Amino acid sequence: MRTVADLQKGEKATIEELAFDEIPLALMEMGCIPGKQVVLIQSAPMKDPLYISVNGSHFAIRRETAERIILAKLLCDEI
Amino acid sequence: MRSKKSVNVALVGNPNTGKTSLFNQLTGLTQKVGNYPGITVDKKQGTCKIGAKETAIITDLPGTYSINPTSLDESIVLETLLDNDHENYPDIVVVVAEVENIKRNLLLFTQVKDLKIPTLLVVNMADQMDRKGISIDIEALKTILNTEIVLISARKREGIEALKEALLRYETFDTTPLQSISDKIDKAYFEKIKSRLKGFSTYKSWLLITQKNPVSFISEASRTIIESFKKEEQQVKKYQHKETIYRYQYINEILKKTYFVDRSKAKDLRSNLDRILTHKVFGYVIFTAILLVMFQSVFNWASVPMDFIDLSFSNLSEWVKSVLPQGVLSNLITDGIIPGIGGIVIFIPQIAILFLFVSILEETGYMSRVVFLMDKIMRRYGMSGKSVIPLISGTACAIPAIMATRNIVGWKDRLITILVTPFTTCSARLPVYAIIIALIIPDNRILGLFSLQGLVLMALYILGFASALISAFLLNKFLKVDGKTFFIVEMPNYKLPSLKNIAFDVFEKTKAFVLGAGKIILAISIVLWFLASNGGEDFKNASQIVVEKSTSENLTPQELESEIAAFKLEKSYIGRMGKIIEPVIAPLGYDWKIGVALISSFAAREVFVGALSTIYSVGSDDEGTIKQRMAAEINPMTKEKRFNFPAGMSLLVFYAFAMQCMGTLAIVKRETKSWKWPILQLVGMGALAYLTAFITFVILK
Repeated sequence: MRTVADLQKGEKATIEELAFDEIPLALMEMGCIPGKQVVLIQSAPMKDPLYISVNGSHFAIRRETAERIILAKLLCDEI
Repeated sequence: MRSKKSVNVALVGNPNTGKTSLFNQLTGLTQKVGNYPGITVDKKQGTCKIGAKETAIITDLPGTYSINPTSLDESIVLETLLDNDHENYPDIVVVVAEVENIKRNLLLFTQVKDLKIPTLLVVNMADQMDRKGISIDIEALKTILNTEIVLISARKREGIEALKEALLRYETFDTTPLQSISDKIDKAYFEKIKSRLKGFSTYKSWLLITQKNPVSFISEASRTIIESFKKEEQQVKKYQHKETIYRYQYINEILKKTYFVDRSKAKDLRSNLDRILTHKVFGYVIFTAILLVMFQSVFNWASVPMDFIDLSFSNLSEWVKSVLPQGVLSNLITDGIIPGIGGIVIFIPQIAILFLFVSILEETGYMSRVVFLMDKIMRRYGMSGKSVIPLISGTACAIPAIMATRNIVGWKDRLITILVTPFTTCSARLPVYAIIIALIIPDNRILGLFSLQGLVLMALYILGFASALISAFLLNKFLKVDGKTFFIVEMPNYKLPSLKNIAFDVFEKTKAFVLGAGKIILAISIVLWFLASNGGEDFKNASQIVVEKSTSENLTPQELESEIAAFKLEKSYIGRMGKIIEPVIAPLGYDWKIGVALISSFAAREVFVGALSTIYSVGSDDEGTIKQRMAAEINPMTKEKRFNFPAGMSLLVFYAFAMQCMGTLAIVKRETKSWKWPILQLVGMGALAYLTAFITFVILK
């Protein structure tokens, strides 16, 4: 299971679901909702925090939050 | 009902949409910053003529991404929009959106619209649409959203007239909610709410139900009903999540039909700048360089106006002295009030320059990048990346810095930031540092390049930041506070700063300092003056006693005068206080005169220099500066200079740590709503100051 925390810089992926109980409502209100594409724009040292763009919004979140945003599997799994 | 002379307009919008620019354009110099009763959030209001006779009262509500608040500032938006009886309850809400982030901005718009208040959508930065390849089908958007839309460019003053004209028509606005999202979430539940809470819109009822803290303005009966609908926290959260998803689905559908972007046209300034400014190495290098430039400029630019202010006030004092008849009143004005006011005004250049920098960094969008870069580091010390802003502002003055902690989300992060901010070297410490450094550090250059005195001053700045971080680390270990927090920081587009916004911002913050800290400093100066110019029996008979004692010494009249003055100071109330604490401060290397200065600077550090100058100037006609007089002061016990290296260093350390600022204590009390924290600061920092000053003195001696 990949999460936003696993993204490489510049990589794009689609959000599959969010761990609803563990993320703040504000994250969704910023545009982070299932089905939307997310791009990792920049990561600070030690990959925390992460600067992402999703649904037209640009914002930074901590790694612990990024780990709660689950990405959709690619159509053919990469080895 | 209130008489309908003017229209109440509330500006609502995401941060970084140019809402403040619009507010500045509409209200100009009529704007005032006040307080909401009972809480500390600033209330920005101003008036604006919108028609031949009609005026509007414009309230600039704090920027927020959603009506669901995450901070104290944001909760104001909710309260204002829900409380029908509130004096600021808007006749019309203007939701300010920005052309590039319209999708997220519309989330807030749909929330506000569902409250059944007339709502106008303003799309700002419309002038940039072409450049960014954006086109919007405004007519279609108007129809679907069932609202009026005005395109503006706040900075260029375009569209403002159209906006005013739309405001005039607020009574004709359709207030039907956009769509029944509630039905999609849990139809039965929301139907029941609708039937029980008839006076409220469904969305308002739902917002009241989801609030953790009960709001004050609804009737007892409604409150009971609302309580009965409350659900488990997880359930509420689930519904809120669903609501947000449905809203975004709705918005996406609409924008698909009305909002078009030609990506090929977009020139990507953002990603180019971000590549450098948030870089793992260069990002930090650039940030450090900016800080250095900032502090350098504060010193270089501020010294000229500061010298000018210093001179003007002492001239004013002399002039008043020569004009007014001698007496208590003249003394009060020339030795108490004028130096007191001068002591405040002299800080304005430094503070204004620092705020200018902070304001520019925020306006351009750079500050968010700093928050991003610093978050991991600050977290190690129990703070958040957002704590960087207060810590930088703290180098100007801790008072506005502590107010700037309000947008830190977690209470623990915020509390720690508030508690450690007073360690940063504020401008009030500078005059103290400057005079002591000049006394004890030789004016040499190392390698012919760096001034030794400058290096010591830099070391004191570093000491300030380091002690803030170390105490934050300790507080984080030992403080038992609910630490629930999250971190979501928008990275706004880079913008050229608007001169008007910056001017208003710097002016407001500087004014807050002058009025807030100024009152206290002025009051203390007057009290000090009184304590120094009054005393017991010995004080009153000073000249007689001194004359009798020194009959054998053959003093010139001038020497006699000076002896009397010195004796008077010793016997004045403040002199006695200094004497009383002398045994306590003697281990740090200070005598009773320094004690007097310490006591006086207890309320505000900068009084130290003024107090010393009062003490040493009493009796001598203004020959020589305070510095020369301090340098000439001899310790009668050791026959050494009073301000020698160990005593001077001990004083520097003492001032670096001690919490000597009433203004800050008052603001901490206000922001934490408890005396516990300011007392902890006062005692903790005081003990630390005493101990380290003692150790410094003992080691160096």
